Amino acid sequence: MKLPLSWLADWNDAALEPEALAERLTMLGLEVEAVASVGSRIERLVAGRVLERQPHPNADRLSLCRVDVGTGEPLGIVCGARNVRTGALYPVALPGTTLPGGLAIRATRIRGEASAGMLCSARELGLDDDVDGLLELDAEIAPGADASALLALGDAVLDVNLTPNRADCFSVLGIARELAAAGLGTAREPHVAPVPPASAATFPVTVDAPADCPRFLGRVIRGIDPQAPTPRWLQERLRRAGVRPISAAVDVTNYVLLEFGQPLHAYDLTRLRGGIVVRRAQPGEQLALLDGQTITADAGVLVIADASGAIGLAGIMGGAGTAVSAETRDLFLECAWFAPAAVAGRGRRFGLHTDASQRFERGVDPGIQLSAIERATRLILDIAGGEAGPVVTAENAAALPVRAPIRLRRERLARLLGVAVPDADVTRILRALRMTVDAAADGWTVTPPTARFDLEREEDLVEEVARVYGYDRVPDLAGPGALRPAAAGEAPAPHSALAATLLARGWQEAITYSFVPADLDAFFSVTERAGLALANPISGDLAVMRQSLWPGLVQAVAANLNRQQPRVRLFEVGTQFVLDAGGACHEERCVAGVAAGARWPEQWGAVTQPLDFFDVKAEVEALLARAGALGRTAFIPALHPALHPGRAARVLVDGANAGWLGELHPALAAQLEVPPLLLFELSANVATTVAMPAYRAPSVYPAVRRDLAVVVGREVAVAVLLETVRAAAPATLREAFVFDIYTGPQVGTDEKSVAIGLILQDPSRTLTDQDGSAALDAIREALDRRFQARIRQ
Amino acid sequence: MDALEGLVRRARAAVVDAADGAALEAVRVHYLGKKGEVTTLLKGLGAMSAAERPAAGQAINQARDEIAAAIEARRVAIGRAELERALAAERIDVTLPGRGERPGGQHPVSRSLERIEAIFRGAGFEVHEGPEIEDDFHNFTALNIPADHPARAMHDTFYFPDGRLLRTHTSPVQIRAMMRQGVPIRLIAPGRVYRCDSDMTHTPMFHQVEGLVVDRGVSFAHLKAVLHEFVERFFERRATLRFRPSYFPFTEPSAEVDVLAESGRWLEILGCGMVHPEVLRTAGVDPEEYTGYAFGMGVERLTMLRYGVDDLRLFFENDLQFLRQFS
Repeated sequence: MKLPLSWLADWNDAALEPEALAERLTMLGLEVEAVASVGSRIERLVAGRVLERQPHPNADRLSLCRVDVGTGEPLGIVCGARNVRTGALYPVALPGTTLPGGLAIRATRIRGEASAGMLCSARELGLDDDVDGLLELDAEIAPGADASALLALGDAVLDVNLTPNRADCFSVLGIARELAAAGLGTAREPHVAPVPPASAATFPVTVDAPADCPRFLGRVIRGIDPQAPTPRWLQERLRRAGVRPISAAVDVTNYVLLEFGQPLHAYDLTRLRGGIVVRRAQPGEQLALLDGQTITADAGVLVIADASGAIGLAGIMGGAGTAVSAETRDLFLECAWFAPAAVAGRGRRFGLHTDASQRFERGVDPGIQLSAIERATRLILDIAGGEAGPVVTAENAAALPVRAPIRLRRERLARLLGVAVPDADVTRILRALRMTVDAAADGWTVTPPTARFDLEREEDLVEEVARVYGYDRVPDLAGPGALRPAAAGEAPAPHSALAATLLARGWQEAITYSFVPADLDAFFSVTERAGLALANPISGDLAVMRQSLWPGLVQAVAANLNRQQPRVRLFEVGTQFVLDAGGACHEERCVAGVAAGARWPEQWGAVTQPLDFFDVKAEVEALLARAGALGRTAFIPALHPALHPGRAARVLVDGANAGWLGELHPALAAQLEVPPLLLFELSANVATTVAMPAYRAPSVYPAVRRDLAVVVGREVAVAVLLETVRAAAPATLREAFVFDIYTGPQVGTDEKSVAIGLILQDPSRTLTDQDGSAALDAIREALDRRFQARIRQ
Repeated sequence: MDALEGLVRRARAAVVDAADGAALEAVRVHYLGKKGEVTTLLKGLGAMSAAERPAAGQAINQARDEIAAAIEARRVAIGRAELERALAAERIDVTLPGRGERPGGQHPVSRSLERIEAIFRGAGFEVHEGPEIEDDFHNFTALNIPADHPARAMHDTFYFPDGRLLRTHTSPVQIRAMMRQGVPIRLIAPGRVYRCDSDMTHTPMFHQVEGLVVDRGVSFAHLKAVLHEFVERFFERRATLRFRPSYFPFTEPSAEVDVLAESGRWLEILGCGMVHPEVLRTAGVDPEEYTGYAFGMGVERLTMLRYGVDDLRLFFENDLQFLRQFS
């Protein structure tokens, strides 16, 4: 909300600099986001009436004006503005002054003619205006009056960021009261002298939804001048508050809304049919709104209707058909109190967020309607003339909100705040906030004012006391309770341990969005099911909850490659949102990585080789080792839609799916226009099930090594081969590992030779040559049986 | 005797002239070998008279010992020189970079999350997590934000067709934790949150850390102390904080916390307050018996302030040029 301080000064007499005021409001919980200054006071700037205007003899575009500035001696002033008009008043900058742009005004000659000052436009005075040319002052102003004061130059506008609970501060009056409550100045009460009816004219009002609209005030005003201009001061205030002036009737309703926080609506009386009815919309009822859109009101939405149907969304926006226009002479003024529940959320359904709906849904002071309609009537009559009828009231008093007394316990106040606020401060603060405060045995009984919709319970009052007393006066207090040390289990925190492993191995961590383009998600989904789509995505690129971390990482890797990074290895720890066959979404925490480029960073002494499957497999093995799961892991060939069918593996831990790794499918790489990429993903759950380390005494006897080269079919998986070796070996086998794989002329075309190193060691004795040979024999026999393996000599 | 002195002198000269191990060995053989000059002299002792023999033997043995010592000294010298030559030839350029992988790097937001978690773990807080796809109850209703509440306009929410939503804050974890394990409770809940908003200063996804402490006798003063302590530890400097009244539907009283920057400006860093009695009641906690405080902080915001990053969007572009600065 934009709050011009010149307007606030009408309602609170506190004299404070704008910055200090902003600071006080902010510390009361009314955050001032910005303080803007509006022009600055200009000395020797007066109102001047143009008495006469003649063309300049030596210049086509200039005119020569005689201007009355109240001194009895009219001044000759040369003016270049097109809109200069005889009889009108303008601000005149007299010689000796300087305008905000730095222009010094002197008595001078322009093209040979004397000019004793300057007629000014809004812009030249440092004001915003949508009108080009001179700024015209109100006709009734006396020449010579101080124009700086008339225009409130040097005003400041505070931009207050109101929290939704403080509906009562959604007006100049509300802020004036809040300041007074904090001990700054006194606030004027909104007592408005009633405008005596000049006619008996009324318009019928029926409220069919009394709970939604417990009070509806209406008033007929006939015979206004539709062309009457809104006074400059009023326009200026609206503009500074961020509202565009339109016409006298509309400007006045906006003015009262900003001043009292009470939305009003002015109808063109001649366009109303029958009578006003406040009711819920009928299903499918159409309504053409002021902003040009036509909506279909669903049942339950509160509307203002007449005999022709709905003519306005109650408390939100009026209709186009009954709006005041440049021809409107007869008005019907509406000043109603709508229940917050009848307005809340309705505007958003139609994409409407109006000054009126914001106030009604938070709660308008139910005590202000009469003052507001009288204030609006007075202003309209003063500006545009006309005859007002009596105020007609439709009221269902039982449905108006009542502020119930709230018990505030002294002990509770101290317990919540951690400090004992003196009783005298409590009562002073609450009374300053216009509450009724009665002493009770254990504290106070407090009744809030009608405008405070946010005060319902004890804690609300605690906050009121605390914020006015000052949060800064609450001390810092340590405790309570002893610290409870966290358990340090064998299972490390998944993401930190896994991430640390990859960081130590040279991977860069990335954070990508959890939503991805639908097509990309589908490419990488192992289930090949479409992912969970957002109903209101921000864009097609952020539309579907990712079922894998790969799409985001592939995009990030590709972007970095495009930025000339030759080698990229990115990983992420995050959630994937996997849809099962039943459509249920499972959030699975995992760690995933995507790598491109060479095996090593380009460096001296190392041949640059492309990364391959086994480089990335080493990373996965390192992760599994860190997780304590490597011994329970199997890598099995499997098909994944995003992976090369011959270079993809599923990771099983304890026989259950734990992840994938492989090379990006070349067809997909071509489609995505990326080079070959290697990818892995691993469930973060693998790190939560660490086996307890089992101790076995180290052997003091020497180990024996035996090597074995076996020729088997190419299709034989080395993992199975080693499994067979381990099963056939004696208990003294400590380690069996592959140290070479050979394919080539020494073996058949569909064969490979696998060289296996065996390390044997006994815990209680030194092994002999015979022990080694016996182990080799047993292994050979098993391999021969299972794979028809030949032993290479 | 002069002949013997001459022999020793010649032998010493030959030892000095020997340039390497092989030449020195030749010298040794020439004098001390089986047919060497000294050996021959010793063999000649037998032909001497018994009276001459002791003195001559002693002189020859002394000459032999002198020559052997000279040879041994020379051998050590030659060995040392050869080792030095070999070592000089093996010299490497130790300024060349180390071989292998380059260091990896943590994402700055993770770095902050890890530090925040470490600070609160040290103060006895447990780390809790919750689902990112939430239901209306946990994200809003249980936090005292009923349907059509104006505060919902503060949360630009991503919805799914079935009415579920992406959590707009990590506050639902409070509710889940209290409902699951009751009170007393002391937790933080870090994680991703989502708002349907994207511009210079907003990304549709960001990270929050929620904090919750509920126990008997917990007050606003305790909240102030914890946050003050946290901010000083996070920024590693003395910090001046300002608790400014504000509004959150799930806390009462509520405050926003500003920290005084070196520039003299107040910078908003987090929101907090005393847990609203309705929230406690919904979670099955008696607000008359227990009180609590909660706070929520934006991790990106803290990270930007900590490292001087001036563009929020950089965090999710994953440009290595940016990320590597935090390695």
